[in-house]
Amino acid sequence: MSRLLTIKDLWIEGRSDEQWNPIINGASLHLDKGEVLGLIGESGAGKSTLGLAAMGFVRDGVRISKGSVDFDGVDLTKASADKKRKLLGSRIAYVAQSAAASFNPAHRLIDQHVEAPVQHGIRSRAESEADGIELYAKLRLPDPEHIGFRYPHQVSGGQLQRAMTAMAMACRPDLIIFDEPTTALDVTTQIEVLAAIREIVDQFGTAAIYITHDLAVVAQMADRIKVLLKGDEVEEADTRTMLTAPTEDYTKSLWAVRSFERPKKPAVPADQTPLVSIRNVSAAYGTAKVLDDVSFDIHPGRTVAVVGESGSGKSTTARCITGLLPPIAGSIEFDGNPLAPDYRKRSKDQLRQVQMIYQMADTALNPRMSIGQIIARPVQFYMGLSGKALRARVDDLLEQIELPSDQYYHRLPSELSGGQKQRIGIARALAAEPRMIICDEVTSALDQLVAEGILRLLARLQDELGLAYMFITHDLATVRAIADEVVVMQQGKVVEAGPKDDMFKPPHHPYTDLLLSSVPEMDPDWLTELLKERGVDNIGDAATAKM
Amino acid sequence: MSALLWIAAGLVGMFAVAWAGRWAGQKATGNAPRFRDMPLAVAFGYVAAVVALVGVLIGYVNAYSADPAIANKYFFLWVAVNGLVIFGIAGWLFRLLGRSVGSAATRKLFRQMPLTASFGILVIILYAILAIFAGVIAPYGQSEILGAANVIPGGNPAVGGDPAYPLGTDQIGRDILSRLIYGAQNTVGIAFVTTLIAFVLGGTFGFIAALVGGWVDQLLSRMVDVLMAIPSLIFSLLLMTIASVWADGEKGLLTLYMILIIAVIDSTRVFRLARAVGSGIVVMDYIEAARLRGEGIRWIMFREILPNATAPLLAEFGLRFCFVFLTIASLSFLGVGIQPPLADWGTMVRDLAPFINFAAFAPLVATAPLMAAGAIALLTVAVNFVVDWMLHKSSGLKE
Repeated sequence: MSRLLTIKDLWIEGRSDEQWNPIINGASLHLDKGEVLGLIGESGAGKSTLGLAAMGFVRDGVRISKGSVDFDGVDLTKASADKKRKLLGSRIAYVAQSAAASFNPAHRLIDQHVEAPVQHGIRSRAESEADGIELYAKLRLPDPEHIGFRYPHQVSGGQLQRAMTAMAMACRPDLIIFDEPTTALDVTTQIEVLAAIREIVDQFGTAAIYITHDLAVVAQMADRIKVLLKGDEVEEADTRTMLTAPTEDYTKSLWAVRSFERPKKPAVPADQTPLVSIRNVSAAYGTAKVLDDVSFDIHPGRTVAVVGESGSGKSTTARCITGLLPPIAGSIEFDGNPLAPDYRKRSKDQLRQVQMIYQMADTALNPRMSIGQIIARPVQFYMGLSGKALRARVDDLLEQIELPSDQYYHRLPSELSGGQKQRIGIARALAAEPRMIICDEVTSALDQLVAEGILRLLARLQDELGLAYMFITHDLATVRAIADEVVVMQQGKVVEAGPKDDMFKPPHHPYTDLLLSSVPEMDPDWLTELLKERGVDNIGDAATAKM
Repeated sequence: MSALLWIAAGLVGMFAVAWAGRWAGQKATGNAPRFRDMPLAVAFGYVAAVVALVGVLIGYVNAYSADPAIANKYFFLWVAVNGLVIFGIAGWLFRLLGRSVGSAATRKLFRQMPLTASFGILVIILYAILAIFAGVIAPYGQSEILGAANVIPGGNPAVGGDPAYPLGTDQIGRDILSRLIYGAQNTVGIAFVTTLIAFVLGGTFGFIAALVGGWVDQLLSRMVDVLMAIPSLIFSLLLMTIASVWADGEKGLLTLYMILIIAVIDSTRVFRLARAVGSGIVVMDYIEAARLRGEGIRWIMFREILPNATAPLLAEFGLRFCFVFLTIASLSFLGVGIQPPLADWGTMVRDLAPFINFAAFAPLVATAPLMAAGAIALLTVAVNFVVDWMLHKSSGLKE
């Protein structure tokens, strides 16, 4: 094998607050032809910056201060713009995290696909189109002959991600950089994309850098893994060695995250009134029915996890409970009393009892209010506290979420990290002194270590305050960690419900089985075996075939 | 024909110089990326800039020519260059001052401020001082008719000036300097109040439309559409004609009507913006959280939406202020705005407009109407500089 890419002692800096701050501190890596390197680390570790630098590219306001990026004999840090233009797209390609945001919505897929080969003069337009169809077929996109003539919004997220991989392959590059290509996808869709990427990379002998924060994913894809922490290299080793015998403490802590699990709670007494009872609820957006006869109970002090892929109606159920979307049929009872379908018709006290924590802490906190103001408002609004009593209560709440008040009270949300913002969201919910909190994918935008911290915090608060949680998630590891009961939803229906232990033990409903088996495991052979089991020939249709 | 040839030859020559310059730069710096990756068009741009600069310099030198025919030709270029340099230095000194006095926060603010913004702030402060203390600063009253009419600006008795009236007097012998200062009070003050009313109206209804949606949004938006369908200057002229009948010669009342008419017409533009910005904000989770908390519409509008909409609204405020200002000046120019004998820049331009014909041979005479126009232009530019800077700052904060 010959050497394709060598990064030597690369230093990258970003400009903020009138000075250059380090982003990457002397990273080195090498990649042979046909080899796949996994880059992992939490957000802010510099994975994406390093991935882009491997193409000799830095974002605006960022510069390479030292070091070299040698791609097949060309130093990309010093190469002229013309020279780089010839390499990028044709010999080095890039697959971004969000295909939906990266495709131009105004052009058909195939028009965007042929652009690079035609521009670089590798193939004529007709040849490129034929080749595109062939690649679509290889990536097991449905109806490869015609899918290219659709616009990006007419294709699903998983298919779009595969189309983007096909586009990256259009010039048969030597190197592809995958920047979190499956992070935004459901587990069931993720499998399709992972399998497609792996197959095509194998087939064409393409080298790849695979950037992700999901260890189980990288274990399936990479030959070697490199761990980054705040711009510093932690360690690098073969995938198998790395998984079985990590040497550094930080790596070990990453590996250990998935071990958090709450002790089992005693069964709910048969005569206990459920805190929230959802009775035969159906709901629709306009004429499109999204919830169909959904019923389940949430008991005080317990966590009900609602799982399912996107579009299964999890969040809609939450919107029905909070009253944002009045159901077209059925009712919701709180503590034995029916709740008005529309939140505007509910009393202030009823509103106080059910609080929400959102997935994106960025959009859930008003960016122009200080942390103190955000948390103080519900206290002031519901409890009528003011002055010193209000401040004392806010300090209490900040202490409960483990953020010292003197440091955080006056800060703005933009000055906090993702995990801290999510904690503020929790504090705002707690400030209302609710009996139930709806957690809508609260950990899915966070790194594993940070997410675990949030889960532990939620668990502790439940023990201390006796809160009930409705926990919406598509991540089964989270379910395993925190749930008491599980409700599996698919296409607006509840397909299976019961205590957690029953859910993780067979026999399952086929859909539950599909969900469970789609969660990547740390075993590097997991994907291979799973595909063998499901029948490799229909990766794309694996999900539907299994139904 | 030969002129065209000259232009073509000049362009070709400039391209040649650009190419040679870039080549020389590459050789001299050992192929630094700055010269290596420079497109020819950019190199041409540098050459063109140099040519333009040389042209201005030649004109500036010509303004000092002993021959009045040549000097007069370049008089306004001379004024423009001097003005630019003086204002540039003033802005720079003002920024220097801001950097060395005041609290740590304002010092930091001034350190990061571009020259354009400090210039803009300086001009706005000057205008504000002039407007507030007009009665104290102005040497004469705004409607005071003095002895001499048509005194030339500049205060040089040899060419028909008078040191007592440094900017000259108008056709009926009122001091132009005093009228300019009072004009700041009348025009700027009225424009500011009008813009403020337009923003309160347009902003409030825009947010309500975004927040409530449904038929309320439809009703408000369609009403705004109807108002916007009529060309605004003609519409305000029409309404002012009606208002002048209602006011029945009462000048104060007419001014009040004018403020309200312009405010309502301009609030439609603010409404559009507020509604667009607002509907981007109401879909945020923190608005949903506030709704679910049971907050009233006032809290959501003024505490949750408004702080997040200030950047675009502020930018629009600067722009809208200039438009309102120009509308008032145009209405006054047409005779239905601020009524004589109150000094107003638009009226001043109209009254002195015929003098512009003297520009070619007696530039000092022609400056009379241009001073009021210049005052309008200067404030417009200054406000826009400050608004640009604020926008830049607030978008930088979001990253």
